[in-house]
Amino acid sequence: MADANGGLNIRPMDQFEVRPLFGGDTVGMFTITNVTLWMALAVVSVVLLMVVGSRGRALVPTRSQSVAELTYSFIYKMVEDVSGKDAVRFFPYVMTIFLFVFFSNVLGLIPFAFTPTSHIAVTAVLALAVFITVTVLGFVLHGTSFLKLFWVDSAPLALRPVLALIELISYFVRPVSHSIRLAGAMMAGHAVAKVFAGFAAALGAAFFIPILAVTALYALELLVAVIQAYVFTILTCVYLKDALHPHH
Amino acid sequence: MAEPNGNAPGMPQLDFSTFPNQILWLVVTLVVIYLILSRVALPRIGSVLAERAGTISNDIAAAETYKQQAAEAEAAYNRALEEARAAAHKVIEQARADIQADLDAAIAKADAEIAARAAESEQKIAAIRESATEAVSQVAEDAAQEILTAFGVKADAKAVSTAVAERLKGGTA
Amino acid sequence: MEGDLVQMGAYIGAGLACIGMGGAGIGVGHVAGNYLSGALRNPSAAPGQTAFLFIGIAFAEALGIFSFLVALLLMFAV
Repeated sequence: MADANGGLNIRPMDQFEVRPLFGGDTVGMFTITNVTLWMALAVVSVVLLMVVGSRGRALVPTRSQSVAELTYSFIYKMVEDVSGKDAVRFFPYVMTIFLFVFFSNVLGLIPFAFTPTSHIAVTAVLALAVFITVTVLGFVLHGTSFLKLFWVDSAPLALRPVLALIELISYFVRPVSHSIRLAGAMMAGHAVAKVFAGFAAALGAAFFIPILAVTALYALELLVAVIQAYVFTILTCVYLKDALHPHH
Repeated sequence: MAEPNGNAPGMPQLDFSTFPNQILWLVVTLVVIYLILSRVALPRIGSVLAERAGTISNDIAAAETYKQQAAEAEAAYNRALEEARAAAHKVIEQARADIQADLDAAIAKADAEIAARAAESEQKIAAIRESATEAVSQVAEDAAQEILTAFGVKADAKAVSTAVAERLKGGTA
Repeated sequence: MEGDLVQMGAYIGAGLACIGMGGAGIGVGHVAGNYLSGALRNPSAAPGQTAFLFIGIAFAEALGIFSFLVALLLMFAV
């Protein structure tokens, strides 16, 4: 098992490092880094799918156009079903989140790629944006009656303060779990893939066993990438529903 | 597993010095995607989908209209067929009545002619019979007269004819 | 031997934290299994409930990812 250096020298976390693209060691605020590159690629993918794909405006859609239309109606229906009909005005917002998370996840599966959504900084900003939007929207639309979200009317009176405390805590845990779920799932998958790839380098003649494992893992990771994007989006819709209709 | 490499933190995710960079580019990316989607992509796809839904419902409505027209045409055809059939029936009925009338008239005429001829014939037969009876009695009288003469009896002509008439009557009776 | 007692404790703690992921596995299996048994009883209602299936799986999975995160933090950040 041991190679020349003595012991396995797998560094599963190196792939998540933020590096400047054009030389230099320091990462300032405006440095062009691999984060910039892969986010730009996500933007390019979005443009290719949603703008170039739908360019024909054909009545009978071409292949790329029907993929764009399927994505559109999938998210549209999700917003309408989960958050209600009046949430349709937030559809571009939800669509932005979905497409960004989706393409970041999927593009991150390319070998040697960088996955922006595996960084807690990125997902925390996404989740906080949702959290702040939802909270502000709730207070703007419903005023102080938005606080009834935490006051469970159907519970016995004695239990209500306790429940209110629990509801309050769970409300503030939302952005934490919302962001860490995505970052953790992405990070875990990539780290595991890297560890298995390291095994392949260390095993010598039996290298094909970990490679088979990595292949299977990649299929699972593709599924996870899509499902995490779906879950992130649908939770955004659920939180939006709480802001629009808090009395449920 | 990897050991922490010296003084740098092991998890790049917790390297707070890169946070401003990531957050800046994330915000830029999100704004760009949002603008692309809300300005270009989503209205376009939405309008295409609405147009398609409109076209489909229009086509369905048109098909419904055509179906109704076809049903109307079929009903009209059926009505025309019914009328034609009724007219033909009437014509047939008329023709049959005419023929019947002609036939009746012809039969009546023929009957009348036959009756007339029969009557005439009967008359003739009656006349012939009359004349025949007369001739027979004449012949019988003459024959009786001759026979009596041949026997040498002088017979009264009147008594002979009476006796002959008597016998003829008895013979026929 | 290189390293120290603190690092040993951190590695042992990281291993222990991974036990938590088993709990997430049980939770996810519970959600998916109950969804499947419900879907087999009433297949016509199943498609409408897939969103809740994924939300439930996501909530169960999040806790496993928390324990994974604790393990990572113990290994790399402490």
